[in-house]
Amino acid sequence: MADTGAPLIEVKNLGVRLNTSRGPAQAVRGVSFALRRGETLGLVGESGCGKSVTALALIGLLPDSAVISGSIRLEGAELVGLPDAAYCKLRGNRISMIFQEPMTALNPMHTIGHQVAEPLRRHTGVSATEARQEAIALLDRVGLPDAAKRVDAYPHQFSGGQRQRITIAMALACQPDVLIADEPTTALDVTIQGQILDLIADLVAERGMSMILISHDLGVIAENVERMMVMYGGTVVESGTTDAVFTRMGHPYTQGLFRARPRLGARKGTRLTTIAGTVPELADLPAGCTFADRCAIVEGRCRAALPAVVDVGAAHGVRCIRTDVSMAVGGVGA
Amino acid sequence: MSAPLTASAGTAAIAPGARPATGFWRRALRHRSFVLGAVLSLLVLGAALLSLVWTPWSAYDIDVASKLHAPSAAHWLGTDVLGRDIVSLLLVGARSTIMVGVIAVGIGLTFGVGLGLIAAARKGWTEELIMRMSDFTFAFPAVLSAIMLAAVAGPGMVTSITAIGIFQIPTFVRVTRGSANAIWAREFVLAARAAGKGSFRITIEHVLPNILSILVVQATIQFALAILAEAALSYLGLGTQPPQPSWGRMLNDAQTLLFQSPMLAVYPGVAIAIAVLGLNLLGDGLRDLLDPRLARER
Repeated sequence: MADTGAPLIEVKNLGVRLNTSRGPAQAVRGVSFALRRGETLGLVGESGCGKSVTALALIGLLPDSAVISGSIRLEGAELVGLPDAAYCKLRGNRISMIFQEPMTALNPMHTIGHQVAEPLRRHTGVSATEARQEAIALLDRVGLPDAAKRVDAYPHQFSGGQRQRITIAMALACQPDVLIADEPTTALDVTIQGQILDLIADLVAERGMSMILISHDLGVIAENVERMMVMYGGTVVESGTTDAVFTRMGHPYTQGLFRARPRLGARKGTRLTTIAGTVPELADLPAGCTFADRCAIVEGRCRAALPAVVDVGAAHGVRCIRTDVSMAVGGVGA
Repeated sequence: MSAPLTASAGTAAIAPGARPATGFWRRALRHRSFVLGAVLSLLVLGAALLSLVWTPWSAYDIDVASKLHAPSAAHWLGTDVLGRDIVSLLLVGARSTIMVGVIAVGIGLTFGVGLGLIAAARKGWTEELIMRMSDFTFAFPAVLSAIMLAAVAGPGMVTSITAIGIFQIPTFVRVTRGSANAIWAREFVLAARAAGKGSFRITIEHVLPNILSILVVQATIQFALAILAEAALSYLGLGTQPPQPSWGRMLNDAQTLLFQSPMLAVYPGVAIAIAVLGLNLLGDGLRDLLDPRLARER
């Protein structure tokens, strides 16, 4: 597992157009990033900003009608346009995904042992007995109490947190290289959230996986990933190391997102700051900056064309033409 | 349900029903409608099997001299207009009822479920084609397709079974495709796809088991409908041919004598009702018993 410096997964200028009932929608535009083995990346943004669509594009699970442009390379091999049969061999084997809703991500008709062992049998061709032993070991590793006894239980016999542990075991069964966690803790209690995120972090470190963590929770992102991308209206508006972004936020949207979160120790009665307006409809995005309609420092030229990425620091890019103003008055950093 | 914090609490919570196969019959025997349905269905099955080895009288011998007798020690339920023993007719009739039901529903299930699953898995024009074809079949009533088939192949039991079977296909296609689509939209299917399963395996492992209970219930309803359809076709002379007795034929023979001997209509009517009720209760019970989520509540 020597770090050769070559990226494990490299996404260049990814675009996804979905066919919705309101016509074609450009759900993702110009997303680029590269992840080396063992690196972690966070995707932040509100609902409908394209973060889940990006994840589904990576694992090849977008509907057939979706049009994908750009390039996704896994260790140099192009994934865009790969036939489904070939993609099936990658999914669960080299790229895995953990879903948001543990209550529905498990099939109620099969025992958990069967569901955890399934990807193993499928991708590695081990015998049923070996797969079962491995499933018990995995369930034990993800912290399911008494795994050996509960391996034949059904999903409804577990709590939400336990079910999420089971889905993690499923996703990790074949030792994937890339783990995509799509809001893995959103449906869980706050107390369980921390445990699950710690578990994922431990497993990522232990197995040398790369992880893409999707969340709308800045706190989750801050504590769990090295690099982050803030998405808005299908584009990445800001990207950089988590430290850099949290210290010097460049994009007005990132700043707004940060101001909108509740803070411990704030005076009683303090109202949360909100970002005025609503998320733009993906089916008819504005020509210029997607955030223009809600931005406090918008200018005429912001609406002319999608701003290019401006480097504001080492590996810290902001898709805004007014960083001189936003970063001067930002005032929320540090 | 709160998360059991300790290992022992967790084990205790799942101990009952952890392996549903072992507890299935114990739970089944406690399920009242399942037991009643099973008893009634077995009654019909038993009658059909019994008729193969023994009937009180021959169901084919005509004895006009003793026609329309009231129930007596010799003829427990009396005789019909041709002097045939009613009990014997009912027993032999159970055979054709079961045969029609099993084969017709078998045809409907095999083709209907298969096509419905393909439609749900494939989507697109495949789904359109299958659904429009089943609409087309649905547009012809069973009786009409039976008449068409009879014109080609000649009337008889095989013709009526085939016609009823074909008529059942679209119903199963629709039920299967509808419920399969609902399963395809569930997150565990997405998770299964993320684990690298293809649509065939997902259909077999995830979709089919989750719609099985719906299909079982639908099959019992269709079984009952097949029995009724067979009765209707027999009335038109397209179904079971004389002298082969069937409940539908008995019912229709009794129609002309409804005021003279109303009981002649009641006997096959009750027999059909028992079969239909039994199957419905059985299907209902099976639906509960096959669902692991409901297992612990019984």
